[in-house]
Amino acid sequence: MIVAEKKPIEEIIEQVEDCEKLLILGCNECVTVCEAGGKKEVGVLASALRMYFLNQGKEVRIDEVTLERQCDHEYLEEIREVADQYDAIVSLACGVGVQFVAEKYHSQRVYPGVNTCFLGATEQRGLWTERCQACGTCILAYTAGICPISRCAKRLLNGPCGGSSNGKCEINPELDCAWQLIIDRLKALGRLEDYEKLLEIKDWSTDRAGGPRKVIREDVQI
Amino acid sequence: MTDTARSRLQRILSEGHLAVTSECGPPRGSDPEAIKTKAEIIKDYVDAVNITDNQTSVTRLCSLASCIHLKLMGIEPVLQMVTRDRNRIAIQSDILGAASFDIPNILCLSGDHQSFGDSAQGQNVHDLDSMQLIQTVRLMRDEGKFLGGAEVKRPPNMFVGAAANPFADPFEIRVPRLAKKIAAGAEFIQTQCIYNLDKFEAWMKGVCDRGLDEKVHILAGVTPFKSAGMAKFMKNRVPGMDVPDEVVKRMADTPKEKQAEEGINICVESIERLKSVKGVHGFHIMAIEWEQKVPEIVERAGLSPRPKID
Ligand code: SF4
Ligand code: SF4
Repeated sequence: MIVAEKKPIEEIIEQVEDCEKLLILGCNECVTVCEAGGKKEVGVLASALRMYFLNQGKEVRIDEVTLERQCDHEYLEEIREVADQYDAIVSLACGVGVQFVAEKYHSQRVYPGVNTCFLGATEQRGLWTERCQACGTCILAYTAGICPISRCAKRLLNGPCGGSSNGKCEINPELDCAWQLIIDRLKALGRLEDYEKLLEIKDWSTDRAGGPRKVIREDVQI
Repeated sequence: MTDTARSRLQRILSEGHLAVTSECGPPRGSDPEAIKTKAEIIKDYVDAVNITDNQTSVTRLCSLASCIHLKLMGIEPVLQMVTRDRNRIAIQSDILGAASFDIPNILCLSGDHQSFGDSAQGQNVHDLDSMQLIQTVRLMRDEGKFLGGAEVKRPPNMFVGAAANPFADPFEIRVPRLAKKIAAGAEFIQTQCIYNLDKFEAWMKGVCDRGLDEKVHILAGVTPFKSAGMAKFMKNRVPGMDVPDEVVKRMADTPKEKQAEEGINICVESIERLKSVKGVHGFHIMAIEWEQKVPEIVERAGLSPRPKID
């Protein structure tokens, strides 16, 4: 899923200070799971903002809505009737959702309420870690199912570097060395000899490097 | 290929001499004298001088320009190149730039992470990794081709090296990793600083058991301690460095005013012991900001004078 983190409230206030009517728009998908932008966080942010404006002696109406998804036309239509009543919308969806709201409500002020961090997994409640950088050509088949692009600090395809120490990465003793994990798993698979196969120079044109990407599936288009 | 383009380091190794290399770190400024002075001190005691490439990710005068200064002084440089800061366009372009000055050696590295240096907020590139950089230089040299497939006019003639750290983890892939670098095209290896000689010898045994010592020239890396503090720092703070307790203790038990001398003693003793290790074909003396000690180390280790090669 997409993992995000709440923005500091001061940053949000800076954008919406002049508003009198605000919509806080949550999303029921990834940001709910990572507890950054679901219904609960919409409520928390709305209360904090109400408190702030009250202290400022300013009357501001703050409404709360949480959609099933913000990256889908269908669900975004649900606020069609009300969107233009607000001075601004603060979207707590990932960067995709924020942009989709802004595209759809073209003349409306839309601000992000979270920092979108990475594609990752919930390791335990309150701990999310990165797993993928959407490089567009998955190489997990060659790296024992562990992604060195997202999990090695130098995205080495033929690691580990000389800084790998006690299973940890040279940049941070809290961080697992991706290449240690790869080797451990190759061993568990009984395929340690695969380590010596050189991974070829990667075609990064399917990655961010190739410019904004598109997936087209004519067979499923209507 | 013109004679100036041929690597003296390569010839020394292929004639079976023990090679000696050292390194100089470029200055944090544009005064070339800093690098020239260092190189001048060591030039008669080594076969080639590595120029580090923004080591520990601290921004410095570039390796390529420093190598050119050395080359113009008649000193043979080893161009260190990291994949951290350049994509494949810049890498190939810099290789050609170096070749245009007949810089005959290159050491292919991935580089320390930028978080260690003065630009922790910067991007890193890592379009290629160190193995793929080795492959790139070999492709350009041997097949006269760019990665994109086009022909290179006057291909670079470079002796291609890589680093090896026998002390990093996981230990069981340290020999396979060397094999992989050789398969990628590495012709010489400069190792991480060796303080744990037992572990190094165990690694070299694994290297020789697989016959890898026949396929690559291994230069054992050594760095003299200036002080007990440096020994402790290297032990505790430098990732991938293995400094045994007894070495730290030996430095710490030495009176402060004698520590520098003791550091040199340890270094010379290590070289003496490493000389008899099968597969060690030379030494890479990294006297960090202490170049003036290189002549003494080389002399005391019986590695002087350097062989004359024309
Ligand atoms: S290889 Fe690419 S697509 Fe596969 S997990 Fe890694 S970044 Fe994601
Ligand atoms: S220590 Fe491991 S994860 Fe960290 S940069 Fe090196 S190879 Fe990558």
